[in-house]
Amino acid sequence: MIKPGKMMKLALGSAGKKPATVPYPYKKLTMPERFRGKITADSAKCIGCKLCMRDCPSGAITINKVGEKRFEVEIDLGKCIYCAQCVDSCNKGVLSITPEYELAQLDKRKFKVTYPNARPPEDTPKEP
Amino acid sequence: MAYVYALIHILVFPGLLFLVAFGLFAEWVDRKMYARFQNRMGPPWFQPLADILKLFGKESIVPEEVEPRMFRLLPMFALAATLTAFIYIPVWGTKALFSFNGDVIVVLYLLTIPTLTFFLAGWYSLCPFSLLGATRTLTQLFAYEVPLFVSILSSAFLADTWSLSEIATFYSKHPGYWLFNLIGFFIGVFSLLGKLEKAPFDIPEAETEIVAGSFTEYSGNLFALFRLAISVETIVGASLLAAVFLPFGLTLGPVPGFIFYLAKVLFVVVLLSLSHAIFARIRIDQMVSLCWKCVAPLGFVQLVLNMIIKGTLLS
Amino acid sequence: MGKVFIPIGPQHPALKEPASFRILLEGEKVIEANVRLGYNHRGVEKACEERTYLQDMYLLERVCGICSHSHSTCFIQAVEEIAGIQIPPRANYIRTIIAELERIHSHLLWLGVAGHEVGFDSLFMYVWRDREVVMDLLAKISGNRVNYGMNTIGGVRRDISPDLYPEILKAMDVLEERTKYYIQVATEEMSFIKRLSGVGRLTKEDVETLCVVGPTGRASAVARDVRRDDPYAAYADLSFKVITDDHCDVYGRAVVRVLELMECYSMIRQLVKNMPDGPVVVKAPRKVPAGEAVSRYEAPRGEDVHYVRANGTEKPERVKVRAPTLANLQAMKKMLENYYLADVPIVVAAIDPCFSCTDRTIEVNRMDKGTSQLLSWDALRSYSIDWYAKRGVRPQDIRL
Repeated sequence: MIKPGKMMKLALGSAGKKPATVPYPYKKLTMPERFRGKITADSAKCIGCKLCMRDCPSGAITINKVGEKRFEVEIDLGKCIYCAQCVDSCNKGVLSITPEYELAQLDKRKFKVTYPNARPPEDTPKEP
Repeated sequence: MAYVYALIHILVFPGLLFLVAFGLFAEWVDRKMYARFQNRMGPPWFQPLADILKLFGKESIVPEEVEPRMFRLLPMFALAATLTAFIYIPVWGTKALFSFNGDVIVVLYLLTIPTLTFFLAGWYSLCPFSLLGATRTLTQLFAYEVPLFVSILSSAFLADTWSLSEIATFYSKHPGYWLFNLIGFFIGVFSLLGKLEKAPFDIPEAETEIVAGSFTEYSGNLFALFRLAISVETIVGASLLAAVFLPFGLTLGPVPGFIFYLAKVLFVVVLLSLSHAIFARIRIDQMVSLCWKCVAPLGFVQLVLNMIIKGTLLS
Repeated sequence: MGKVFIPIGPQHPALKEPASFRILLEGEKVIEANVRLGYNHRGVEKACEERTYLQDMYLLERVCGICSHSHSTCFIQAVEEIAGIQIPPRANYIRTIIAELERIHSHLLWLGVAGHEVGFDSLFMYVWRDREVVMDLLAKISGNRVNYGMNTIGGVRRDISPDLYPEILKAMDVLEERTKYYIQVATEEMSFIKRLSGVGRLTKEDVETLCVVGPTGRASAVARDVRRDDPYAAYADLSFKVITDDHCDVYGRAVVRVLELMECYSMIRQLVKNMPDGPVVVKAPRKVPAGEAVSRYEAPRGEDVHYVRANGTEKPERVKVRAPTLANLQAMKKMLENYYLADVPIVVAAIDPCFSCTDRTIEVNRMDKGTSQLLSWDALRSYSIDWYAKRGVRPQDIRL
């Protein structure tokens, strides 16, 4: 049956209810657990195989050598597409996903995030 | 001394300042209710004022090939016509600021002037989108003008006078007679939707088809004046409908009468915003056929009804 | 009024993505319409040749935001066919669940956009509010609201744990109830029906001649659906109806899409109930042996075709993407002419255009000389460097 104003009941009903809008940024939305936000790294576990660098679609992750068998992970948050392929490619569990998504910056240089190696430098295997 | 009173009436109340402030307030009510009908939050109370101030602060670009004088003067004509129409409408009592026999025709004529300025603004802009918007404005005028006139004049016919203040006096003397005009009230709301170019009749300003219609080339303070003219036209149109079709509570004294007036105007504004929310925009040929096939006959039905009532009840 | 040339696009409030429709109007009637494309060309096919298969999957996912899983799955199916990999059945089911969730997402988005194009903003707001249910569900399952990244060569990357099943079913119940309301609005609201009926007509013969795919074609009673004609993923195990309608106009397309939504809900319920156990991924080689494959997929907009040629190295030799909108655009000229200007936005929106999917090769037409030439990659590159050099811009001097 065609009649005009079919949405009237819904419209009038919604006028009394709480709006569906979330007043961001006064009220933040939290993302579910395995949401692919910023990638963090535990550089102490890194062995420098660079499989993550091979598989990254945008070349956002770089492994820098900072000492004897010590590596640091550097991620460019501007280039990263947050696909988490590096997390899957790494065999040692260095990288992990966090649900952090508010990553906007005014300065492009702040996008390059380095995760320093937390292992102290003397703790390298000694020659037998 | 009389000059000072006249100046206060014209500039402050119920003149320029009151109308602009009430117009912006009514625009806020309209936008907030529209948002609430769609289950969203709406803008805060100062949003329309912020919009107008922002527009006044922007550069007003006049395209090279248009005629600059007409381009600049047209928004002021629109605003001036709507502001002038208000002085004949009774607000808090049964007497308007000025009244004479025939002022209902003058008010309707003054309310047609903004539509003509929209047409001329689109015509002078020389841009294909504006030309289309301009022709649509005039086509729409031909569609809703007759029902609007017939419904208002049928209410005046029952009161046997052409003056708005005397219509208000007549209906205050015979309480309950305004209920005969309810069909006319709905036709009036319908036509007001067309005049103010609100959905389902926002065809001249269809954003998804012709960008902004007549106002495509307008920016800065000229556009702000057009928007102010539309806000004030909302108030004037709603006040006209309230005075002609809802003339109750006018004899209670100035302050309660004024509160009644505010409530009536806001009621009409909420009705406009509700119909904005629940209808889609129809095409211009569908609108013309709808108005001439359905709405104008209803207006004539109301006129004939009023003739019968006048013949029987009031003789 | 005489004849006026109106440019709809490349930038216009009616279009969500750039394309140019140059319309010749007489009064309000459209006399002639010319369609021009190419504003969204990003060189995706060339970029695919310089990246490995795994990187290409992410690149192709980002060809379009709404049909992202379609492109990625279609590509992966072609690669798996060349490499001869059989993926486990649980992976097929997960891919199909995500595909149907994406279809729900896309059709709800379309309904909102159609409402907006005819000025019915309330429908737009309510439908997009309900679309959030699907997007939150997809964020829980796959980790992102768009560009899900579920696929990998050899299966899927993430498993759907069984404690997510009740949530999926509850979301389907909520959405089904809301969709029933929208079906009522779409079929009963007078102003909406009046705008959509009788507009953009395509008869059955037109659909066959102009090769129209997807819901646009199914609205003219042509029952063509890749899920039925050439089943891939888990569609062979599912029972579903191919929705057709015989209105042949924009209203029919709206009805087809809304009824397809109801079919999606029933399909997801079947999938969740019959989900097999097992692994979700098999190991895939990095170097794919030489060969070529064509893979078809029913994206929300129609039939999506991918062609992949491998030559034994890590990177593909040629990837070609034919998006459904390219097939539907040929019919635009027929659908726009002899209708009103007010119908142009809704007719364009009715084929559900996704110009980001569409733009692939460029043919350069020199309008002054009347000749046309096809430029290869190197010729195009040197042409553009010369063009800028003539205007005094050297690429080496630009600092980003």
